[in-house]
Amino acid sequence: MDIIITYGLTKKFGDLTAVNNLSFNVKKGEIFGFLGPNGAGKTTTIKMLTTLLNPTSGTATIAGFDIIKQRDEVRKNIGVVFQEPALDVELTGKENLEYHARMYGLSRDKRKKRINDVLELVNLWDKRDVLVKNYSGGMKRRLEIARGLMHYPVVLFLDEPTLGLDAQTRRAIWAYIKKMNKEEGTTIFLTTHYMEEAEYLCNRVGIIDYGKLLVIDDISNLKNSVGKDVITLSCTDADRFVKILENEKWVEKIKRHEGLVTFGVEKGDEKIPEIIEIARKQDIKIKSISVRKPTLDDVFLSYTGRTIRDEEGQVSSKGRLSLRFRGGR
Amino acid sequence: MRTNELQAIYIMWLRQMKRFLRFKTRLATMVIQPLFFFLLLGSGFRQAVMPGLEGGYIDFLAPGIVAMAILFSSMFTGVSVLWDKQFGFLQEVLVAPVSRFSIIIGRTIGGATTALIQGFIILFIAIILGIKISSGAGLILTIVFMLLLSFTAVGFGLIIASKMNDFQSFSLIMNLIIMPLLFLSSAFFPVTQDKTLQTIAYFNPLFYMIDGLRGSLIGKSNVFPPLIDLIVVCIICIIMLTLGSYLFSKSEV
Ligand SMILES: Nc1ncnc2c1ncn2[C@@H]1O[C@H](COP(=O)(O)OP(=O)(O)OP(=O)(O)O)[C@@H](O)[C@H]1O
Ligand SMILES: [Mg+2]
Repeated sequence: MDIIITYGLTKKFGDLTAVNNLSFNVKKGEIFGFLGPNGAGKTTTIKMLTTLLNPTSGTATIAGFDIIKQRDEVRKNIGVVFQEPALDVELTGKENLEYHARMYGLSRDKRKKRINDVLELVNLWDKRDVLVKNYSGGMKRRLEIARGLMHYPVVLFLDEPTLGLDAQTRRAIWAYIKKMNKEEGTTIFLTTHYMEEAEYLCNRVGIIDYGKLLVIDDISNLKNSVGKDVITLSCTDADRFVKILENEKWVEKIKRHEGLVTFGVEKGDEKIPEIIEIARKQDIKIKSISVRKPTLDDVFLSYTGRTIRDEEGQVSSKGRLSLRFRGGR
Repeated sequence: MRTNELQAIYIMWLRQMKRFLRFKTRLATMVIQPLFFFLLLGSGFRQAVMPGLEGGYIDFLAPGIVAMAILFSSMFTGVSVLWDKQFGFLQEVLVAPVSRFSIIIGRTIGGATTALIQGFIILFIAIILGIKISSGAGLILTIVFMLLLSFTAVGFGLIIASKMNDFQSFSLIMNLIIMPLLFLSSAFFPVTQDKTLQTIAYFNPLFYMIDGLRGSLIGKSNVFPPLIDLIVVCIICIIMLTLGSYLFSKSEV
Protein backbone atom coordinates (compact mmCIF):
# COMPACT_ATOMS: atom_id res chain seq x y z
CA MET A 1 0.00 0.00 0.00
CA ASP A 2 1.21 3.53 -0.69
CA ILE A 3 1.09 5.64 2.43
CA ILE A 4 1.80 8.94 0.70
CA ILE A 5 0.38 9.65 -2.72
CA THR A 6 0.70 13.08 -4.29
CA TYR A 7 -1.36 14.21 -7.23
CA GLY A 8 0.13 17.09 -9.17
CA LEU A 9 1.10 18.88 -5.97
CA THR A 10 1.97 22.50 -6.76
CA LYS A 11 2.82 25.57 -4.69
CA LYS A 12 3.35 29.05 -6.06
CA PHE A 13 4.63 32.03 -4.10
CA GLY A 14 3.66 34.90 -6.39
CA ASP A 15 5.58 34.34 -9.62
CA LEU A 16 7.80 31.66 -8.15
CA THR A 17 6.73 28.06 -8.55
CA ALA A 18 8.39 26.48 -5.54
CA VAL A 19 6.87 23.05 -6.09
CA ASN A 20 5.84 22.11 -9.59
CA ASN A 21 3.31 19.38 -10.27
CA LEU A 22 4.75 16.64 -8.08
CA SER A 23 3.23 13.21 -8.44
CA PHE A 24 4.88 10.38 -6.57
CA ASN A 25 4.20 7.63 -4.06
CA VAL A 26 5.90 6.58 -0.88
CA LYS A 27 5.38 2.98 0.19
CA LYS A 28 4.26 2.00 3.65
CA GLY A 29 7.14 1.15 5.93
CA GLU A 30 9.94 2.50 3.78
CA ILE A 31 12.53 5.16 4.48
CA PHE A 32 12.21 7.57 1.62
CA GLY A 33 14.81 10.22 0.91
CA PHE A 34 14.02 13.53 -0.75
CA LEU A 35 17.16 15.10 -2.15
CA GLY A 36 17.65 18.45 -3.80
CA PRO A 37 19.81 21.57 -3.75
CA ASN A 38 18.91 24.66 -1.71
CA GLY A 39 15.61 26.15 -2.74
CA ALA A 40 14.56 23.03 -4.63
CA GLY A 41 11.22 22.94 -2.84
CA LYS A 42 11.79 20.16 -0.29
CA THR A 43 10.61 22.08 2.74
CA THR A 44 7.67 23.52 0.85
CA THR A 45 6.62 19.99 -0.09
CA ILE A 46 6.88 18.85 3.52
CA LYS A 47 4.87 21.84 4.70
CA MET A 48 2.10 21.01 2.28
CA LEU A 49 2.11 17.34 3.23
CA THR A 50 1.95 18.25 6.92
CA THR A 51 -1.01 20.63 6.35
CA LEU A 52 0.90 23.80 7.21
CA LEU A 53 0.67 25.23 3.71
CA ASN A 54 -2.23 25.02 1.30
CA PRO A 55 -1.26 23.72 -2.15
CA THR A 56 -1.92 26.13 -5.02
CA SER A 57 -3.18 23.13 -6.96
CA GLY A 58 -3.10 19.38 -6.73
CA THR A 59 -3.37 17.42 -3.53
CA ALA A 60 -2.01 14.41 -1.69
CA THR A 61 -3.16 11.71 0.65
CA ILE A 62 -1.41 10.44 3.75
CA ALA A 63 -2.56 7.10 5.13
CA GLY A 64 -5.58 7.57 2.90
CA PHE A 65 -6.52 11.01 4.20
CA ASP A 66 -6.61 14.08 1.99
CA ILE A 67 -4.22 16.82 3.08
CA ILE A 68 -6.71 19.55 2.22
CA LYS A 69 -10.07 18.09 3.18
CA GLN A 70 -9.07 15.86 6.11
CA ARG A 71 -6.40 17.88 7.86
CA ASP A 72 -7.24 16.71 11.35
CA GLU A 73 -6.99 13.04 10.36
CA VAL A 74 -3.74 13.70 8.53
CA ARG A 75 -2.27 15.37 11.61
CA LYS A 76 -3.16 12.40 13.76
CA ASN A 77 -0.99 10.20 11.60
CA ILE A 78 2.15 12.28 11.26
CA GLY A 79 5.11 13.60 13.17
CA VAL A 80 7.49 16.28 11.94
CA VAL A 81 10.95 17.55 12.70
CA PHE A 82 11.16 20.91 10.97
CA GLN A 83 14.21 22.29 9.28
CA GLU A 84 13.98 25.56 11.16
CA PRO A 85 13.85 25.68 14.94
CA ALA A 86 10.37 25.22 16.35
CA LEU A 87 11.06 25.28 20.08
CA ASP A 88 9.76 27.50 22.83
CA VAL A 89 13.06 28.97 23.97
CA GLU A 90 11.53 30.33 27.14
CA LEU A 91 10.75 26.85 28.39
CA THR A 92 13.27 24.24 29.49
CA GLY A 93 14.15 21.26 27.34
CA LYS A 94 12.02 18.96 29.43
CA GLU A 95 9.08 21.35 29.37
CA ASN A 96 9.22 21.43 25.60
CA LEU A 97 9.00 17.66 25.54
CA GLU A 98 6.17 17.64 28.05
CA TYR A 99 4.27 20.09 25.90
CA HIS A 100 4.71 17.83 22.92
CA ALA A 101 3.76 14.68 24.84
CA ARG A 102 0.51 16.20 26.00
CA MET A 103 -0.33 17.68 22.64
CA TYR A 104 0.01 14.17 21.23
CA GLY A 105 -2.05 12.63 24.00
CA LEU A 106 0.59 10.33 25.51
CA SER A 107 -0.51 8.68 28.73
CA ARG A 108 1.19 9.58 31.98
CA ASP A 109 3.50 6.55 32.13
CA LYS A 110 4.42 6.72 28.47
CA ARG A 111 5.10 10.40 28.81
CA LYS A 112 7.62 9.89 31.57
CA LYS A 113 9.33 6.97 29.93
CA ARG A 114 9.57 8.49 26.47
CA ILE A 115 10.84 11.81 27.74
CA ASN A 116 13.61 10.05 29.66
CA ASP A 117 14.39 7.76 26.73
CA VAL A 118 14.75 10.47 24.14
CA LEU A 119 16.66 12.80 26.44
CA GLU A 120 19.17 10.00 26.95
CA LEU A 121 19.27 9.28 23.26
CA VAL A 122 20.34 12.78 22.32
CA ASN A 123 22.49 13.23 25.40
CA LEU A 124 20.53 16.08 26.91
CA TRP A 125 19.56 14.51 30.21
CA ASP A 126 21.92 16.79 32.13
CA LYS A 127 20.50 19.86 30.42
CA ARG A 128 16.84 18.96 30.80
CA ASP A 129 16.08 21.75 33.24
CA VAL A 130 17.96 24.50 31.41
CA LEU A 131 15.99 27.08 29.43
CA VAL A 132 16.26 26.31 25.72
CA LYS A 133 17.46 29.84 25.00
CA ASN A 134 20.65 28.87 26.81
CA TYR A 135 21.18 25.81 24.60
CA SER A 136 23.78 25.73 21.84
CA GLY A 137 22.61 25.34 18.24
CA GLY A 138 23.46 21.66 18.17
CA MET A 139 21.70 21.04 21.46
CA LYS A 140 18.55 22.70 20.15
CA ARG A 141 18.67 20.51 17.09
CA ARG A 142 19.08 17.42 19.22
CA LEU A 143 16.15 18.42 21.36
CA GLU A 144 13.96 18.84 18.31
CA ILE A 145 14.88 15.44 17.01
CA ALA A 146 14.22 13.94 20.41
CA ARG A 147 10.80 15.54 20.31
CA GLY A 148 10.07 14.26 16.81
CA LEU A 149 10.92 10.72 17.84
CA MET A 150 8.88 10.81 21.02
CA HIS A 151 5.50 9.76 19.71
CA TYR A 152 5.42 7.02 17.10
CA PRO A 153 3.44 8.36 14.18
CA VAL A 154 2.47 6.42 11.06
CA VAL A 155 4.58 8.75 8.93
CA LEU A 156 7.50 10.74 10.29
CA PHE A 157 8.79 13.72 8.31
CA LEU A 158 12.36 14.75 8.97
CA ASP A 159 13.52 17.93 7.24
CA GLU A 160 17.32 17.76 7.24
CA PRO A 161 17.35 16.15 10.65
CA THR A 162 21.06 15.93 11.30
CA LEU A 163 22.21 19.19 9.72
CA GLY A 164 25.04 20.62 11.78
CA LEU A 165 25.35 17.74 14.22
CA ASP A 166 28.59 16.00 15.13
CA ALA A 167 29.30 12.56 13.69
CA GLN A 168 28.67 10.70 16.90
CA THR A 169 25.21 12.16 17.53
CA ARG A 170 24.36 11.67 13.89
CA ARG A 171 25.17 7.96 14.13
CA ALA A 172 23.05 7.57 17.25
CA ILE A 173 20.13 9.27 15.55
CA TRP A 174 20.47 7.18 12.42
CA ALA A 175 20.39 4.04 14.53
CA TYR A 176 17.26 5.25 16.29
CA ILE A 177 15.52 6.11 13.04
CA LYS A 178 16.30 2.64 11.68
CA LYS A 179 15.08 1.02 14.85
CA MET A 180 11.86 2.99 14.80
CA ASN A 181 11.30 2.07 11.18
CA LYS A 182 11.93 -1.60 11.86
CA GLU A 183 10.15 -2.06 15.15
CA GLU A 184 7.19 0.25 14.75
CA GLY A 185 6.93 0.14 10.98
CA THR A 186 7.06 3.92 10.89
CA THR A 187 7.30 5.25 7.36
CA ILE A 188 10.02 7.89 7.19
CA PHE A 189 10.12 10.77 4.74
CA LEU A 190 13.42 12.54 5.04
CA THR A 191 15.21 15.32 3.25
CA THR A 192 18.93 15.56 3.58
CA HIS A 193 22.05 17.18 2.27
CA TYR A 194 24.23 14.32 3.39
CA MET A 195 24.54 11.69 0.72
CA GLU A 196 25.95 9.18 3.14
CA GLU A 197 22.89 9.70 5.28
CA ALA A 198 20.61 8.92 2.36
CA GLU A 199 22.73 5.92 1.38
CA TYR A 200 22.77 4.59 4.89
CA LEU A 201 19.11 5.10 5.70
CA CYS A 202 17.00 5.17 2.59
CA ASN A 203 15.51 2.46 0.45
CA ARG A 204 14.35 4.82 -2.24
CA VAL A 205 15.11 8.44 -3.04
CA GLY A 206 13.60 11.16 -5.16
CA ILE A 207 15.66 14.02 -6.56
CA ILE A 208 13.97 17.40 -6.87
CA ASP A 209 15.30 20.57 -8.46
CA TYR A 210 13.53 23.84 -9.20
CA GLY A 211 10.36 22.32 -7.78
CA LYS A 212 10.34 19.47 -10.27
CA LEU A 213 10.85 15.81 -9.48
CA LEU A 214 13.71 14.67 -11.71
CA VAL A 215 13.81 11.02 -10.79
CA ILE A 216 12.57 8.63 -8.13
CA ASP A 217 13.88 5.11 -7.71
CA ASP A 218 15.73 2.61 -5.53
CA ILE A 219 19.22 3.77 -4.70
CA SER A 220 20.82 0.76 -6.40
CA ASN A 221 18.89 1.37 -9.62
CA LEU A 222 19.89 5.01 -9.58
CA LYS A 223 23.53 4.14 -9.18
CA ASN A 224 23.37 1.68 -12.02
CA SER A 225 21.79 4.31 -14.23
CA VAL A 226 24.90 6.43 -13.87
CA GLY A 227 27.14 3.68 -15.21
CA LYS A 228 29.04 0.74 -13.82
CA ASP A 229 32.09 2.86 -13.03
CA VAL A 230 32.62 6.57 -12.73
CA ILE A 231 35.68 8.28 -14.14
CA THR A 232 36.72 11.69 -12.91
CA LEU A 233 39.55 13.56 -14.59
CA SER A 234 41.01 17.01 -14.80
CA CYS A 235 42.70 18.25 -17.92
CA THR A 236 43.60 21.27 -20.01
CA ASP A 237 41.02 22.53 -22.47
CA ALA A 238 38.20 20.67 -20.74
CA ASP A 239 35.42 22.07 -22.94
CA ARG A 240 36.95 20.66 -26.07
CA PHE A 241 37.68 17.35 -24.40
CA VAL A 242 34.08 16.99 -23.24
CA LYS A 243 32.88 17.53 -26.80
CA ILE A 244 35.22 14.88 -28.06
CA LEU A 245 34.26 12.36 -25.41
CA GLU A 246 30.57 13.00 -25.96
CA ASN A 247 30.97 11.41 -29.38
CA GLU A 248 32.29 8.17 -27.92
CA LYS A 249 29.56 5.55 -27.58
CA TRP A 250 30.87 4.15 -24.32
CA VAL A 251 30.80 7.49 -22.49
CA GLU A 252 27.62 8.03 -20.47
CA LYS A 253 26.22 11.12 -18.78
CA ILE A 254 29.28 13.30 -19.10
CA LYS A 255 29.30 16.39 -16.88
CA ARG A 256 31.71 19.21 -16.21
CA HIS A 257 31.92 20.46 -12.72
CA GLU A 258 34.45 22.74 -11.05
CA GLY A 259 37.11 21.96 -13.63
CA LEU A 260 36.53 18.25 -13.30
CA VAL A 261 35.04 16.07 -15.98
CA THR A 262 32.92 13.18 -14.74
CA PHE A 263 31.27 10.40 -16.72
CA GLY A 264 30.16 6.82 -16.47
CA VAL A 265 31.67 3.88 -18.31
CA GLU A 266 31.76 0.11 -18.12
CA LYS A 267 35.01 -1.51 -17.02
CA GLY A 268 36.61 1.74 -16.04
CA ASP A 269 40.13 0.41 -15.46
CA GLU A 270 40.42 -0.77 -19.05
CA LYS A 271 39.15 2.51 -20.45
CA ILE A 272 41.80 4.69 -18.84
CA PRO A 273 44.56 4.00 -21.41
CA GLU A 274 42.09 4.68 -24.20
CA ILE A 275 41.08 8.01 -22.70
CA ILE A 276 44.69 9.06 -22.28
CA GLU A 277 45.37 8.10 -25.87
CA ILE A 278 42.47 10.25 -27.15
CA ALA A 279 43.70 13.19 -25.11
CA ARG A 280 47.26 12.84 -26.36
CA LYS A 281 46.11 12.83 -29.98
CA GLN A 282 44.22 16.06 -29.43
CA ASP A 283 47.11 17.64 -27.57
CA ILE A 284 45.17 17.77 -24.31
CA LYS A 285 47.07 17.20 -21.09
CA ILE A 286 45.40 15.05 -18.46
CA LYS A 287 46.45 16.16 -15.00
CA SER A 288 44.70 13.50 -12.98
CA ILE A 289 42.32 10.66 -13.56
CA SER A 290 40.52 8.27 -11.25
CA VAL A 291 37.96 5.52 -11.46
CA ARG A 292 35.52 4.43 -8.77
CA LYS A 293 32.12 2.88 -8.15
CA PRO A 294 29.25 5.36 -8.46
CA THR A 295 27.89 6.98 -5.32
CA LEU A 296 24.71 8.88 -4.70
CA ASP A 297 26.77 12.02 -5.24
CA ASP A 298 27.31 10.96 -8.83
CA VAL A 299 23.63 10.28 -9.24
CA PHE A 300 22.86 13.72 -7.87
CA LEU A 301 25.41 15.37 -10.16
CA SER A 302 24.15 13.56 -13.18
CA TYR A 303 20.56 14.66 -12.63
CA THR A 304 21.06 18.21 -11.36
CA GLY A 305 24.40 19.17 -12.88
CA ARG A 306 25.67 20.08 -9.42
CA THR A 307 27.12 18.18 -6.54
CA ILE A 308 25.28 18.59 -3.31
CA ARG A 309 28.54 19.72 -1.71
CA ASP A 310 28.12 23.06 -3.50
CA GLU A 311 25.13 23.63 -1.34
CA GLU A 312 26.65 22.77 1.99
CA GLY A 313 27.61 25.51 4.36
CA GLN A 314 25.17 27.91 2.80
CA VAL A 315 22.55 29.33 5.06
CA SER A 316 19.19 29.97 3.50
CA SER A 317 18.33 33.65 3.56
CA LYS A 318 15.26 32.79 5.60
CA GLY A 319 17.39 31.14 8.26
CA ARG A 320 19.68 34.11 8.41
CA LEU A 321 16.82 36.50 8.86
CA SER A 322 15.38 34.63 11.76
CA LEU A 323 18.81 34.43 13.34
CA ARG A 324 19.17 38.15 13.15
CA PHE A 325 15.78 38.52 14.70
CA ARG A 326 16.79 36.23 17.53
CA GLY A 327 19.92 38.23 18.20
CA GLY A 328 18.05 41.50 18.24
CA ARG A 329 15.58 40.54 20.83
CA MET B 1 -14.58 16.77 24.07
CA ARG B 2 -12.00 14.00 23.94
CA THR B 3 -9.46 13.86 26.76
CA ASN B 4 -6.74 14.47 24.25
CA GLU B 5 -8.15 17.89 23.44
CA LEU B 6 -8.51 18.72 27.13
CA GLN B 7 -4.92 17.70 27.74
CA ALA B 8 -3.85 19.92 24.87
CA ILE B 9 -5.80 22.87 26.23
CA TYR B 10 -4.33 22.28 29.66
CA ILE B 11 -0.73 22.19 28.43
CA MET B 12 -1.23 25.31 26.31
CA TRP B 13 -2.61 27.09 29.33
CA LEU B 14 0.27 25.84 31.47
CA ARG B 15 2.81 27.05 28.95
CA GLN B 16 1.40 30.55 29.09
CA MET B 17 1.33 30.54 32.85
CA LYS B 18 4.95 29.48 32.99
CA ARG B 19 6.03 32.13 30.54
CA PHE B 20 3.98 34.72 32.36
CA LEU B 21 5.35 33.96 35.79
CA ARG B 22 8.90 33.26 34.66
CA PHE B 23 9.54 36.68 33.25
CA LYS B 24 9.26 39.05 36.12
CA THR B 25 10.17 42.17 34.16
CA ARG B 26 7.36 41.58 31.69
CA LEU B 27 4.99 40.90 34.53
CA ALA B 28 6.16 44.00 36.37
CA THR B 29 5.71 46.34 33.38
CA MET B 30 2.26 44.98 32.77
CA VAL B 31 1.19 45.77 36.32
CA ILE B 32 3.19 48.93 36.85
CA GLN B 33 2.04 50.71 33.70
CA PRO B 34 -1.66 50.77 34.59
CA LEU B 35 -0.75 51.48 38.18
CA PHE B 36 1.14 54.59 37.10
CA PHE B 37 -1.87 55.73 35.13
CA PHE B 38 -4.04 55.13 38.13
CA LEU B 39 -1.89 56.94 40.66
CA LEU B 40 -0.90 59.86 38.43
CA LEU B 41 -4.30 60.53 36.91
CA GLY B 42 -5.94 59.79 40.24
CA SER B 43 -3.91 62.31 42.18
CA GLY B 44 -3.85 64.89 39.37
CA PHE B 45 -7.61 65.00 38.86
CA ARG B 46 -8.67 64.18 42.42
CA GLN B 47 -10.38 67.51 42.86
CA ALA B 48 -11.63 67.80 39.30
CA VAL B 49 -15.25 68.54 38.63
CA MET B 50 -16.58 67.18 35.37
CA PRO B 51 -20.12 66.84 34.06
CA GLY B 52 -21.15 63.18 34.17
CA LEU B 53 -18.98 62.49 37.19
CA GLU B 54 -20.85 61.25 40.23
CA GLY B 55 -18.78 60.71 43.33
CA GLY B 56 -15.00 60.87 43.44
CA TYR B 57 -12.69 60.70 40.45
CA ILE B 58 -10.78 57.73 41.90
CA ASP B 59 -14.01 55.71 41.93
CA PHE B 60 -14.63 56.73 38.35
CA LEU B 61 -11.11 55.93 37.22
CA ALA B 62 -10.70 52.50 38.83
CA PRO B 63 -12.85 50.50 36.37
CA GLY B 64 -11.13 52.28 33.46
CA ILE B 65 -7.70 51.28 34.69
CA VAL B 66 -8.76 47.69 35.39
CA ALA B 67 -10.09 47.53 31.83
CA MET B 68 -6.89 49.00 30.46
CA ALA B 69 -4.74 46.42 32.25
CA ILE B 70 -6.90 43.57 30.96
CA LEU B 71 -7.07 44.99 27.47
CA PHE B 72 -3.30 45.35 27.06
CA SER B 73 -2.50 42.03 28.61
CA SER B 74 -5.06 40.11 26.54
CA MET B 75 -4.15 41.77 23.30
CA PHE B 76 -0.57 40.89 24.02
CA THR B 77 -1.57 37.25 24.39
CA GLY B 78 -3.40 37.27 21.07
CA VAL B 79 -0.56 38.97 19.32
CA SER B 80 2.02 36.68 20.92
CA VAL B 81 0.99 34.23 18.20
CA LEU B 82 3.23 36.45 16.07
CA TRP B 83 6.13 35.63 18.37
CA ASP B 84 5.41 31.94 18.04
CA LYS B 85 5.34 32.40 14.29
CA GLN B 86 8.67 34.21 14.24
CA PHE B 87 10.29 31.68 16.52
CA GLY B 88 8.90 28.76 14.56
CA PHE B 89 7.03 27.38 17.53
CA LEU B 90 3.70 27.90 15.83
CA GLN B 91 4.59 25.07 13.44
CA GLU B 92 4.87 22.71 16.38
CA VAL B 93 1.47 23.87 17.61
CA LEU B 94 -0.30 23.71 14.27
CA VAL B 95 0.97 20.32 13.20
CA ALA B 96 -0.17 18.62 16.40
CA PRO B 97 -3.26 16.42 16.27
CA VAL B 98 -5.32 19.04 18.06
CA SER B 99 -8.23 20.89 16.51
CA ARG B 100 -7.79 24.57 15.72
CA PHE B 101 -10.73 25.18 17.99
CA SER B 102 -8.89 23.74 21.00
CA ILE B 103 -5.77 25.70 20.15
CA ILE B 104 -7.75 28.91 20.21
CA ILE B 105 -9.54 27.92 23.41
CA GLY B 106 -6.18 27.13 25.03
CA ARG B 107 -4.73 30.46 24.10
CA THR B 108 -7.84 32.38 25.07
CA ILE B 109 -8.08 30.75 28.47
CA GLY B 110 -4.36 31.26 29.07
CA GLY B 111 -4.66 34.90 28.04
CA ALA B 112 -7.74 35.43 30.15
CA THR B 113 -6.08 33.95 33.23
CA THR B 114 -3.04 36.17 33.01
CA ALA B 115 -5.19 39.20 32.23
CA LEU B 116 -7.51 38.53 35.13
CA ILE B 117 -4.58 38.16 37.50
CA GLN B 118 -3.43 41.61 36.47
CA GLY B 119 -6.95 43.00 36.59
CA PHE B 120 -7.36 41.70 40.13
CA ILE B 121 -4.06 43.18 41.25
CA ILE B 122 -5.24 46.60 40.08
CA LEU B 123 -8.66 46.08 41.58
CA PHE B 124 -7.14 45.08 44.90
CA ILE B 125 -4.96 48.18 44.96
CA ALA B 126 -7.96 50.32 44.09
CA ILE B 127 -9.88 48.86 46.99
CA ILE B 128 -6.98 49.58 49.32
CA LEU B 129 -7.01 53.13 48.02
CA GLY B 130 -10.58 53.34 49.16
CA ILE B 131 -12.90 52.99 46.17
CA LYS B 132 -16.44 52.04 47.11
CA ILE B 133 -17.79 48.85 45.60
CA SER B 134 -21.51 48.86 44.84
CA SER B 135 -22.45 45.35 45.97
CA GLY B 136 -21.45 41.67 46.04
CA ALA B 137 -23.58 40.95 42.98
CA GLY B 138 -21.95 43.91 41.32
CA LEU B 139 -18.54 42.43 41.98
CA ILE B 140 -19.54 39.14 40.36
CA LEU B 141 -20.86 41.00 37.34
CA THR B 142 -17.57 42.91 37.27
CA ILE B 143 -15.68 39.63 36.93
CA VAL B 144 -17.98 38.61 34.08
CA PHE B 145 -17.18 41.87 32.30
CA MET B 146 -13.48 41.38 32.94
CA LEU B 147 -13.65 37.91 31.36
CA LEU B 148 -15.61 39.10 28.34
CA LEU B 149 -13.26 42.01 27.81
CA SER B 150 -10.33 39.66 27.98
CA PHE B 151 -11.82 37.19 25.47
CA THR B 152 -12.65 40.02 23.09
CA ALA B 153 -9.16 41.45 23.29
CA VAL B 154 -7.52 38.04 22.73
CA GLY B 155 -9.77 37.65 19.68
CA PHE B 156 -8.72 41.05 18.41
CA GLY B 157 -5.08 40.18 19.03
CA LEU B 158 -5.54 36.98 17.01
CA ILE B 159 -7.02 38.97 14.15
CA ILE B 160 -3.99 41.26 14.14
CA ALA B 161 -1.58 38.34 14.40
CA SER B 162 -3.20 36.56 11.46
CA LYS B 163 -3.08 39.61 9.26
CA MET B 164 0.33 41.03 10.15
CA ASN B 165 3.77 39.61 9.97
CA ASP B 166 5.84 41.99 12.05
CA PHE B 167 5.76 43.85 15.31
CA GLN B 168 5.97 47.33 13.83
CA SER B 169 2.42 46.97 12.56
CA PHE B 170 1.40 45.84 16.01
CA SER B 171 2.73 48.96 17.73
CA LEU B 172 1.17 51.04 14.95
CA ILE B 173 -2.22 49.52 15.70
CA MET B 174 -1.70 49.97 19.41
CA ASN B 175 -0.88 53.65 19.03
CA LEU B 176 -3.24 54.61 16.22
CA ILE B 177 -6.29 52.52 17.05
CA ILE B 178 -6.25 51.18 20.59
CA MET B 179 -5.03 54.28 22.42
CA PRO B 180 -7.60 56.64 20.80
CA LEU B 181 -10.35 54.08 21.36
CA LEU B 182 -9.30 53.85 24.97
CA PHE B 183 -9.31 57.61 25.46
CA LEU B 184 -12.73 57.89 23.81
CA SER B 185 -14.18 55.03 25.82
CA SER B 186 -14.78 56.94 29.09
CA ALA B 187 -11.94 55.01 30.71
CA PHE B 188 -10.26 58.19 31.96
CA PHE B 189 -12.95 60.87 31.71
CA PRO B 190 -16.74 60.90 31.21
CA VAL B 191 -17.91 61.20 27.63
CA THR B 192 -21.31 62.54 28.60
CA GLN B 193 -19.88 66.03 29.02
CA ASP B 194 -19.96 66.52 25.25
CA LYS B 195 -22.59 65.52 22.64
CA THR B 196 -20.00 64.65 19.97
CA LEU B 197 -17.85 62.65 22.38
CA GLN B 198 -20.89 60.71 23.44
CA THR B 199 -21.99 59.92 19.88
CA ILE B 200 -18.49 58.72 19.03
CA ALA B 201 -18.49 56.56 22.14
CA TYR B 202 -21.60 54.72 21.01
CA PHE B 203 -19.59 53.35 18.08
CA ASN B 204 -16.70 52.36 20.30
CA PRO B 205 -16.82 48.74 21.50
CA LEU B 206 -14.56 49.61 24.42
CA PHE B 207 -17.10 52.10 25.68
CA TYR B 208 -19.66 49.38 26.44
CA MET B 209 -17.05 47.28 28.20
CA ILE B 210 -15.90 50.09 30.42
CA ASP B 211 -19.37 51.48 31.00
CA GLY B 212 -20.55 48.00 32.02
CA LEU B 213 -17.54 47.49 34.24
CA ARG B 214 -18.18 50.83 35.91
CA GLY B 215 -21.88 50.21 36.31
CA SER B 216 -21.31 46.87 37.99
CA LEU B 217 -18.27 47.75 40.08
CA ILE B 218 -19.11 51.14 41.54
CA GLY B 219 -22.67 51.61 40.30
CA LYS B 220 -22.15 55.29 39.55
CA SER B 221 -21.37 57.54 36.56
CA ASN B 222 -22.39 54.84 34.06
CA VAL B 223 -24.42 55.73 30.98
CA PHE B 224 -26.35 52.49 30.42
CA PRO B 225 -27.63 49.94 32.92
CA PRO B 226 -24.99 47.17 33.18
CA LEU B 227 -27.33 44.55 31.68
CA ILE B 228 -27.67 46.51 28.44
CA ASP B 229 -23.90 46.83 28.28
CA LEU B 230 -23.63 43.11 28.96
CA ILE B 231 -25.72 42.22 25.93
CA VAL B 232 -23.72 44.48 23.64
CA VAL B 233 -20.43 43.22 25.05
CA CYS B 234 -21.48 39.60 24.58
CA ILE B 235 -22.26 40.23 20.93
CA ILE B 236 -18.96 42.03 20.34
CA CYS B 237 -17.10 39.25 22.12
CA ILE B 238 -18.67 36.53 19.99
CA ILE B 239 -17.91 38.43 16.78
CA MET B 240 -14.28 39.05 17.71
CA LEU B 241 -13.60 35.50 18.85
CA THR B 242 -15.29 33.97 15.82
CA LEU B 243 -13.47 36.24 13.42
CA GLY B 244 -10.16 35.75 15.23
CA SER B 245 -10.57 31.98 15.24
CA TYR B 246 -11.56 31.93 11.59
CA LEU B 247 -8.59 34.01 10.46
CA PHE B 248 -6.22 32.11 12.68
CA SER B 249 -7.36 28.75 11.36
CA LYS B 250 -6.81 30.01 7.80
CA SER B 251 -3.34 31.34 8.42
CA GLU B 252 -0.35 29.54 6.97
CA VAL B 253 3.04 29.15 8.56
N1 LIG C 1 6.84 31.71 2.44
C1 LIG C 1 7.49 31.86 1.28
N2 LIG C 1 7.29 32.94 0.51
C2 LIG C 1 7.92 33.10 -0.67
N3 LIG C 1 8.81 32.23 -1.18
C3 LIG C 1 9.06 31.12 -0.47
C4 LIG C 1 8.43 30.87 0.79
N4 LIG C 1 8.88 29.70 1.27
C5 LIG C 1 9.75 29.23 0.36
N5 LIG C 1 9.88 30.07 -0.70
C6 LIG C 1 10.69 29.87 -1.89
O1 LIG C 1 10.37 28.60 -2.44
C7 LIG C 1 11.53 27.94 -2.92
C8 LIG C 1 11.64 26.60 -2.28
O2 LIG C 1 11.94 26.73 -0.91
P1 LIG C 1 12.11 25.51 0.07
O3 LIG C 1 12.26 26.07 1.42
O4 LIG C 1 11.00 24.55 -0.17
O5 LIG C 1 13.48 24.88 -0.43
P2 LIG C 1 14.30 23.66 0.15
O6 LIG C 1 14.38 22.65 -0.92
O7 LIG C 1 13.74 23.24 1.44
O8 LIG C 1 15.73 24.32 0.37
P3 LIG C 1 16.82 24.11 1.52
O9 LIG C 1 17.65 22.97 1.10
O10 LIG C 1 17.59 25.39 1.49
O11 LIG C 1 16.09 23.91 2.78
C9 LIG C 1 12.70 28.87 -2.62
O12 LIG C 1 13.02 29.56 -3.80
C10 LIG C 1 12.17 29.81 -1.58
O13 LIG C 1 12.76 31.07 -1.70
MG1 LIG D 1 14.40 23.15 3.29
